[in-house]
Amino acid sequence: MGRITLDKITKSFGDVQVIPPLDLTIEDGEFVVFVGPSGCGKSTLLRLIAGLEDVSSGEIRIDGKNATETPPAKRGLAMVFQSYALYPHMSVRKNIAFPLRMAGMDQKEQDRRIDNAAKVLNLSDYLDRRPGQLSGGQRQRVAIGRAIVREPAAFLFDEPLSNLDAALRVGMRLEISELHNRLETTMIYVTHDQVEAMTMADKIVVLRAGLIEQVGSPLDLYKHPRNLFVAGFIGSPTMNLIAGEPARAYDATTIGVRPEHMALSTESGKWTGKVGVAEHLGSDTFLHIHETGLAETITVRADGEVTLRHGDTVHLTPVEDKIHRFDGEGMRIS
Amino acid sequence: MARAVSTRRKAAVTALAWTIGILIFFPIFWTILTSFKTEAEAVATPPSLFNFNWTLENYTTVQDRSNYGRHFLNSVVISLGSTFLGLVIAVPAAWAMAFVPGKQTKNVLMWMLSTKMLPPVGVLIPIYLIFRNTGLLDTRVALIIVLTLINLPIIVWMLYTYFREIPGEILEAARMDGATLRYEILYVLTPMALPGIASTFLLNVILAWNEAFWTLNLTAANAAPLTAFIASYSSPEGLFYAKLSAASTMAIAPILILGWFSQKQLVRGLTFGAVK
Repeated sequence: MGRITLDKITKSFGDVQVIPPLDLTIEDGEFVVFVGPSGCGKSTLLRLIAGLEDVSSGEIRIDGKNATETPPAKRGLAMVFQSYALYPHMSVRKNIAFPLRMAGMDQKEQDRRIDNAAKVLNLSDYLDRRPGQLSGGQRQRVAIGRAIVREPAAFLFDEPLSNLDAALRVGMRLEISELHNRLETTMIYVTHDQVEAMTMADKIVVLRAGLIEQVGSPLDLYKHPRNLFVAGFIGSPTMNLIAGEPARAYDATTIGVRPEHMALSTESGKWTGKVGVAEHLGSDTFLHIHETGLAETITVRADGEVTLRHGDTVHLTPVEDKIHRFDGEGMRIS
Repeated sequence: MARAVSTRRKAAVTALAWTIGILIFFPIFWTILTSFKTEAEAVATPPSLFNFNWTLENYTTVQDRSNYGRHFLNSVVISLGSTFLGLVIAVPAAWAMAFVPGKQTKNVLMWMLSTKMLPPVGVLIPIYLIFRNTGLLDTRVALIIVLTLINLPIIVWMLYTYFREIPGEILEAARMDGATLRYEILYVLTPMALPGIASTFLLNVILAWNEAFWTLNLTAANAAPLTAFIASYSSPEGLFYAKLSAASTMAIAPILILGWFSQKQLVRGLTFGAVK
């Protein structure tokens, strides 16, 4: 079981309040991703849940029990750190065994769990090596192995993939998702990468300056961003945000149109502009359109076969029922 | 990219390094050489380098006249004792400063270092009186206490520098894994910092072994270490260079041998943190 409830928790460092009162419930078995720009308090929030930092006020409950004052080890949570944080002087086997040894588990059970975890994570051949002799991806697997063997109530991941190269990151992303499907254990995952958030999460929590901007499923956030911040943060390439006269035509201060909701034509359309850069990805082409009078750049997703070049004039028309409207405060108008 | 260095430049730098090395080593070399001469040859002009009658007479005389073994034992007890005591105090202190620093941590460190700038003679009288009144004068315990206090700033600083290099996340991982503070320091921090602790240990044994001001002033007969043993040969009734040299050689030999075998560890310890 791993239901985690945060009840009006706050965190201050000296006079600076980095987490204003915050409420959040994470259901058992959920994959929750905390996402936001750097310095938004997402890692601090994770460390509060882990117990590595003390909350300034409020209550943390794990499976209904108040865990606010419980030391990290007693919370039944396992954490995977960005730097892997393996013990460099111990072999892989000893690294994975460390939490079990601290818990005083008998040797037989220890071995059973280690061998299981090693099999799941493809580490069986590396058990006698030191972390220094492993690649980044293997080290990350060891860190995950050390978390798995404890059979925790929930896993906490603090930007676990940011030290890996791009190709490996995609692979590990899948592995972690598969692990979640298999274990069905609660996972809380912190990242600044919205692609990771979108691809892995059951539920995304978007944070800015310690405040929760929106909580919801990836598609919910994508389709119905509650405010301009979420609209601009979720989605890649980012949503086109247009203010001024074109927005007023829709009774809004700002309107947002996703790149895939902008129809492209060389003959006619609502708005006109010139092609700046065309990014050919094969399956899609992303066109960066300038001189539209709407915003500095408007990004449009077009077919992979598009042959438009730098300097070509194009016409754009938004898909009317896909336009997001925001008021003067930046909140969504529904 | 490696910088190209011309052969001539390399030769010049090598020659310079050797010259400085020899200059530094020469007094020790000369002392050892003199210890094998007779008193007459020791003060002869011009001095002879190798062309003299080699003799072990000085060593036997020194051994007959004073008890080398007792001084040696005192030196061992005092230098090891003060270093162990210092480490026991400094490891937790450095842990706290490196991993849970407060607002004043930097100031405390600077303040500790500043005590090293005080001339020891400035506190000689009060310390002498305290030890006299508590009956600790001329005891090993007194010297262990004084040398621990004298070297503590260096021990804390060295360990602090070492501990700072250890990522805090690893200790946090240990905490998440269920390690208590004791296990965290014992199983994770100490093994990772072992090279640093070892070089701190070695350096402080050497510093304590060579310390002469306090050992000479606070001892008479009972607790006198090897520094006092050497000093006893520079008597006012005329210098006996050859015997003084023999005594000096006997006094520095153990620490020289220790330094020789641990030089790699020492150099690594002293330059640690300079290059990441």
